[in-house]
Amino acid sequence: MGMKAQNRIATFFKYFVLLLVGLVMIYPLLWMVSATFKENNEIFSGISLWINNPTLQGYKDALNDYGGAINIIGAMLNTYSYVIPKVICTVISSAIAAYGFGRFNFVGKKVLFSIMISTLFLPQVVLNVPQFMLYNSLGWVDSPFYLAIWFHTLFATETYFVYQLIQFMRSIPVDLDEAAKIDGCGSFKILYKIICPMLMPALVSCALFQFMWSCNDFMGPLLYVATPTKYPMSLFVKLSMDADVGFSWNRVLALSLISILPQLIVFFCAQDQFVEGISAGGVKG
Amino acid sequence: MKNSVPQVQGRSPARKWLDNNLGLLYILPWIIGFLVFKAYPFGLSLFYSFTDMNFFYGISEYGIMNYIEIFNTAKITKALAVTAQYCLITVPLKLAFALFIAYILNFNIKFVNAFRTAYYVPSILGGSVAIAVLWKALFRDEGMVNTLLSYVGVTGPSWLSDPDYALFIICFLRIWQFGSAMVLFLAALKGVPADVYEAATIDGAGKWKQFFSITVPMITPVIFYNLVTQICQAFQEFNGPYIITNGGPRGSTTLVSLLVYQYAFRQQEMGMASAIAWVMFIICAVLTIIAFTSQKKWVYYSDER
Repeated sequence: MGMKAQNRIATFFKYFVLLLVGLVMIYPLLWMVSATFKENNEIFSGISLWINNPTLQGYKDALNDYGGAINIIGAMLNTYSYVIPKVICTVISSAIAAYGFGRFNFVGKKVLFSIMISTLFLPQVVLNVPQFMLYNSLGWVDSPFYLAIWFHTLFATETYFVYQLIQFMRSIPVDLDEAAKIDGCGSFKILYKIICPMLMPALVSCALFQFMWSCNDFMGPLLYVATPTKYPMSLFVKLSMDADVGFSWNRVLALSLISILPQLIVFFCAQDQFVEGISAGGVKG
Repeated sequence: MKNSVPQVQGRSPARKWLDNNLGLLYILPWIIGFLVFKAYPFGLSLFYSFTDMNFFYGISEYGIMNYIEIFNTAKITKALAVTAQYCLITVPLKLAFALFIAYILNFNIKFVNAFRTAYYVPSILGGSVAIAVLWKALFRDEGMVNTLLSYVGVTGPSWLSDPDYALFIICFLRIWQFGSAMVLFLAALKGVPADVYEAATIDGAGKWKQFFSITVPMITPVIFYNLVTQICQAFQEFNGPYIITNGGPRGSTTLVSLLVYQYAFRQQEMGMASAIAWVMFIICAVLTIIAFTSQKKWVYYSDER
């Protein structure tokens, strides 16, 4: 067998593996999309994406009120009423903390920095019970403004992003800060006039990741939201799954698909930022 | 020369100190956040773990009884064992898959961005309730997977109600999300200089030899990073088992974080829940420390040369 034939087999093998794995990754999602347009008795009759009797019944049912208390639009609004503050607070507070760590020397910096890094490895499970007691004593459990879910992000508690921004900040030359300082710029002005614009790709990537993770968050709402009218999408989908699974799959799947649609749109609009963000943040280890 | 910086003269010592430690002002929010939302709960949960703290009845007893009970309660030791099993299955498989696919994508593949996107989408959405619902649809008795198996004449098991299989389905959900680790590997592989491979090819090293004696050693920092983050995340998995199987059947998918949730927020036994969480935390911390101390032996940082 010649070198050329061998190469061809190797190439064929590579594409074969890539397509096969890609199919496993994507086919369930495509199947989900097609199932939302199928009739309930058709959904599990085969694995094909082809729809024999296309229907919008699943979507119509998905838009119905649920127990009179909450519908999908309300749940969507509820979700974004804490996701948006969470994203904004995380980005601003993390950038400020990263600036402090990345650009200044102060007493105890080494100790504080190692504490910051070690909280990266602190499992949330350990903190859940006392945090719940704390929020409960503040009256934030089932708060109308979801304070227990997002308020802590005002204080740069999402260490992963602080760490990531410090890594990015290292690549911005310090000369720029110093030049601005000589020109009479205060340190805060340096942050928002010089550092932030240069850091913009990193800030966008932090915002995108926090957006995705906050939308996916299930345990937060599970612990801190009790009133059905305040349910976000994650609880709403779980609720209707428990109620409808078994007889109305197209409704449940349509609901699920609608719930991740905003995330899918954001992902496809900004996929390069995701990939760049994750690559640049992690590699330094 | 001493007086050439006149503005210094008028400043009080306190002001001077602040100017020298201005950075503290910027990390002050973080310090407050750390103390209130991390350090205080962290200490408090250690304290609770030595009490019989109950959400409604408060504390009436102090001691190490929770820790004794943990190792004498089959339900809890089983959850620890299941969590260990979950980590041992998902972490190596996820990393192996991520590295394998990244390795293939690193050969001048056409449509590399399309493939990368396809592999990455599950990582973004995998933690959501919607995907847990989808998993339920795929692996139910008449679900898509069993329909597929029936085409080749196999009668699929009851994936989600058979204790022998349910954990694997939960594991599969995590392995399916290998994309984020893959993106990191791909970036690292692109950083391996091409002339190293050329030299090895001239020396007659085969593809497999090159992979294990050049590629893997060069990207050990990323392997290390992925390993540590994946272990930490695997120990905390909650959504999958809670939504898809609710810990069942017969506790076969009750991971520790789910058990902590059940003790704390269903039975209101905050003390016991804290003790279980601390046992998990200590196991996790020991593993992380082992990883960090062992990295001197196998992780190769190029700037150390």
